[in-house]
Parts: sequence; C-alpha cells; structure tokens
Amino acid sequence: MSFLTYLINGLSLGSIYAIIALGYTMVYGIAKMLNFAHGDFIMVGCYIIFSVSAALSGNSVVGIIVAIILCTVLGVTTEFVAYRPLRGAASPLAVLITAIGVSYLLENIALLIYGADIKSFTSVVTWEGVSFAGGELKIQGVTIITILVSVVILIALQLFINKTKQGQAMLAASEDKGAAALMGINVNRTIALTFAIGSALAAVAGALLCSAYPSLSPYTGAMPGIKAFVAAVLGGIGSIPGAMIGGLVLGIVEILSKTYISSQLSDAIVFGILVVVLLVKPTGILGKQIQEKV
Amino acid sequence: MKNKITKNNLITYGIVLAFYIIVEILMMTGALSSHMKGLLVPMTYYAIIAVALNLCVGILGELSIGHCGFMCIGAFTSAFFSRATENSIPTVPRFIIAFIIGIAFAALFGFLIGIPVLRLKGDYLAIVTLAFGEIIKNVINSFYIGIDGKGLHFSMKDSMSLGMEADGDIIVNGAMGITGTPHNANFTIGVVVLLISLFVVQNLVNSRDGRAIMAIRDNYIAAEATGINITGYKMMAFTISAAIAGAAGVLFSHNITTLTASSQYFGYNASIMILVYVVLGGIGNIRGSVIAACVLYLLPELLRGLNTYRMLIYSIVLIVMMIVNWSPKIIEWRKRTFGRVSFRRAKEVA
Repeated sequence: MSFLTYLINGLSLGSIYAIIALGYTMVYGIAKMLNFAHGDFIMVGCYIIFSVSAALSGNSVVGIIVAIILCTVLGVTTEFVAYRPLRGAASPLAVLITAIGVSYLLENIALLIYGADIKSFTSVVTWEGVSFAGGELKIQGVTIITILVSVVILIALQLFINKTKQGQAMLAASEDKGAAALMGINVNRTIALTFAIGSALAAVAGALLCSAYPSLSPYTGAMPGIKAFVAAVLGGIGSIPGAMIGGLVLGIVEILSKTYISSQLSDAIVFGILVVVLLVKPTGILGKQIQEKV
Repeated sequence: MKNKITKNNLITYGIVLAFYIIVEILMMTGALSSHMKGLLVPMTYYAIIAVALNLCVGILGELSIGHCGFMCIGAFTSAFFSRATENSIPTVPRFIIAFIIGIAFAALFGFLIGIPVLRLKGDYLAIVTLAFGEIIKNVINSFYIGIDGKGLHFSMKDSMSLGMEADGDIIVNGAMGITGTPHNANFTIGVVVLLISLFVVQNLVNSRDGRAIMAIRDNYIAAEATGINITGYKMMAFTISAAIAGAAGVLFSHNITTLTASSQYFGYNASIMILVYVVLGGIGNIRGSVIAACVLYLLPELLRGLNTYRMLIYSIVLIVMMIVNWSPKIIEWRKRTFGRVSFRRAKEVA
C-alpha cells in the first residue's frame, strides 16, 4: 500500500512538473529560446498568492486569480523588454545569458522584498482528501486536485493549439517564422501570446507546488524550473503531450528514488536521466528529428 | 601581428604583476586591514575560474553553467589528499602534489563529462552542464571517507557505517565536508597560479589549436568542412577549462577551514556569478575577465552598503550589457551613429 501512496505522490509532483514543462516547451518550440526565468515566474506567483491571501485574510481564490494575471503581465513584459531585442542576435548565447540575468533579477527582487527566510505557505486546497481500504491508503486533496488540474490544462491546450486560429498560428510560427509572417501571421504577437500562456501556467503550477510543499523562499522556483526543463527534454521539446509524459515520469522517478534510494541523491538521479536521454534519444520520447541545413 | 599578440599578452601579465606588487607594498606598510587581506586569496581564485570559464564561453563558444562543479572536484580531491597526508609529507611537496591531484581530477572529470555534453549545443549544453554541477555537488555531499590503521573506508550512508577503528580519522564527513585542511594557500601562490593559467589560456588562444577552436565557435559547419576535428578540439578546450577551474578549487580548499559542497560556493548561483564576471569583462576577452573578477569581487566587499543590492545590480547590468552588445537593432543603430568607430568585439564574434 505504501508503494501506491508513493506512486500517487509521484504522479502529483509529476503533474506539477508537467504544467511547468508545458510553459517551457511552448516557449522553446516557438521562440527557440530557453526561458531560464520560467522557474522564477513560479516563485513570483507563489509570493503574490502569499501576499494577497495574507491581505485578504486567507482568501486564496482571489490570490490565485491576481497571481495568474500578474504573472501573465510579467511574462509578456519580460519577453518584450529583455528577449525581443535579442531576437536574431549573432550568438545564441546572448538570449540565454539574458534569461539567466532575468532569473537572477527576479530572485534578488524577491530576496529584497521578502527576505531570505522561508515563509510557510497556506495550502490553496482546503479539501482533506479521501482514504481507501479502511484508511490504509490516504490520498490528500491537493494531490487529487493537482492531477485533475494538469489533465484539464493539457486537454485545453491541445484543443487551443489544434482548433483555434491563434493555436494554428503558433504551430506555424514554430515551424518557420519567415513563412508564417508571409502568411499574414503576426509572429511577435504570437510569441508574446505564448509567453502569456506559459507564465499563466507557471502561476498555476506555483499555487499547486506551494500547496503540496508549503515552504516558500526566493529560490523555490529555481529547482522545479530546471527539473521541468528536464521533463520537457525527456518528453521531446516542443511537444505538448511529451511535456506531460516527461513530467509524470520525472515526478515518479524523483519520489521513488527519494524513498527507496537516497534523498541526497534523488536530484542526481533526475539529472542523470536527462544526460542519458540526451545521449540515447536527443529528441526525447515524442520529439521530432530536425535536420540542420547548411 | 606576432609582436602585437605578444605585447597584448605581456600587458595582461604586467597588470597582474603590478597589482601584486602594489598589494605587497601595501601589506608591508601595514595599510591593509586583516579583512582586506582575507579577500586577496578569494580574489585570485575567482579571477582564475573566470579565466577558465571565459575559455569555455568566449573562446569555445559554449555556455557552461556548472563550472563551479569542476572547482568543487579540484577542491575536494586536493583537500582530501592534504588532510590524509598532513602528517606524513612536508608542506611544500604536499601542496604541489595537492595541486597536481586537484587539477588532474578536475581535468579527468572535464574530459568524462565533456564526452556526452559536447555532443550537444547551446541551450542543451548549458542545462546539462548545470545538471552535472548539481550532480557533483549532491554526490560529494553523500560521501563518507575515513582513514585508520587498516586503510581507507568508504560509505555513502553515514559516518557510523564506515566501521572505523578507535584511532581512525573521518576525512570526508558527508554534508559536513572536510574540516581542518591546512591553510597553505596565500596571495603569492594565488597570483602565481593566475599567471600560469593566463599563460596557458593566452598561448592556447593564439596557437593553431586556438584558432581551430575559435573557428568552431564561429561556424562549426565551415570548420568541419575545412577538416578541423570538431569533437577533439572541443574536448581539448573544455578539459583545459575544467583543469584550470580545478586549480581554482585547490586554492579555495586550502584557504578555508571547513570545506562543504554547499550551494553557496559550488551551486548554480555561484557558477552564474562567475558568468557575470566573464560577461562584464567581455566575452572572449581574457584580460577583461581577470579585471572584472577582481573589481566585482572587491567592490561589494569594500562598500558594505552595496552588498545588499549587489546581486540586484549585477543582474540588471548583465541584462543591459547583453542587450546593448548583442541586439541586432542596437548594433545597427550604433553603426549608424558612430560611423567608422568599430566595435571590435561585436564584429569579432559575429
């Protein structure tokens, strides 16, 4: 029974990784850049929920909505101010280093405002959860909600990308920006929209992450962000179902290795997976092979 | 051409030596506080690792954000050796061997990690180096190594499971790290190591191999077409870079009482701080890295009030620098506004 509990916990953590990875993979698929600051958008979202809930004496629903809106604004602003000027730069390192700079900036702003001490985050999910088999198998409410939310997001995104005009524009822009522009697609606006969606998802992921692991510090988002990137690579970068699969696999592996091998080494194991995947199948589970033309 | 390069290199050594002499004079006249003296060795090892990272980022053109991992390996292997042989080998040869061990292990790991990592490019390479940096830190944190009459004991569980005898000595104690490494590093040794690493990197850059490495950076397809062994040269640059980072690690561990594989020193934030030094000093400009590392390390330490905002200012400067130096529109605007005034670096790398 305990194995099943761990497995479900893994699924829940994996769902959070999957939501973050969705943001990564969409941005990477279209803007062809690794948004290093994505993990820190999560942290920003958490602090917003934390502050708003405190101001409204525990009303977390308003907090989540405010966080989603502000994170969206933050994502679009970051793209406009820091990343857009560097589109088409001679070196691909330029935008990557800038993204690292943005990540650093957000962490340090949070550090100045809230201090380095760890804040205890009140779960946004008040539901106790359910227990099976006479209380032997307990599933927490936040775990169930997390898994449900991630499934809903996945379906909604798939529908959005495949059924709407904007979604099709995103697909086109990710294939070939020049050709998409010739077809009358506003590539800049499409990329901004991608950032908006990715950042809104980061806020949602933040709410769920801090509800499951209620300690909030300026570095809360950094590690989950990097692991979510691993998940996106594992599933095949640019692929939405791939991000979901990658996230779930990663979450389960992390929880199981924490439980059965060593909590010290679980991060090493997770990153070890990334190395192995990149060596064996660099395109990931569902990724497409891209040939480079000279 | 040849003379210009030699002159350029000599200027770099000259700056380091002049700085060294000034500091020594200040120390002799007693003008330096003990706080300042404590900053000198860290300054040299940060300059050294900045040179190492610049070789990787600026010359090889691959972003590594796990370089502190190599520093960590150099620090731990050398500190382990120094601790284990503290009573059996005299100081001078022991410290020299410690250097060789630290550099050799860092180079070895650079080589081993380079094999998978250098098959990747750009973002993937960056994230995998980051992953390796974290793996190194995590793995070292779970090591327990002790020594007693029977020899070495090793465990990855806890210090009790080493099964040590009463006279045994636990050298590596998991997350508590290595304590009591002899303080052999000093400013003079730091400067000597810095000069040696500058010598190695500058001569590499201006050699046939260095030009091959830069050709790969600028256009790897064209480089491959002219018969340059891409993997070989990439491995070479990466391994040398890791080895120099290892040397910085040796200085680090022999200047600190308790060596732990903590995020503060070897985590990803530390690696990014080195990257800030490299970017502000000028990507591909070795002399710039040394100057930037020294200035950026000393400045916030001297201006205590600035320390709170140090990281905030660094991150803003990092973003602004990248946009001003690399944005296609701004480059074009600068060309129009300043006409013939050439922007050497932008042209060189582009």
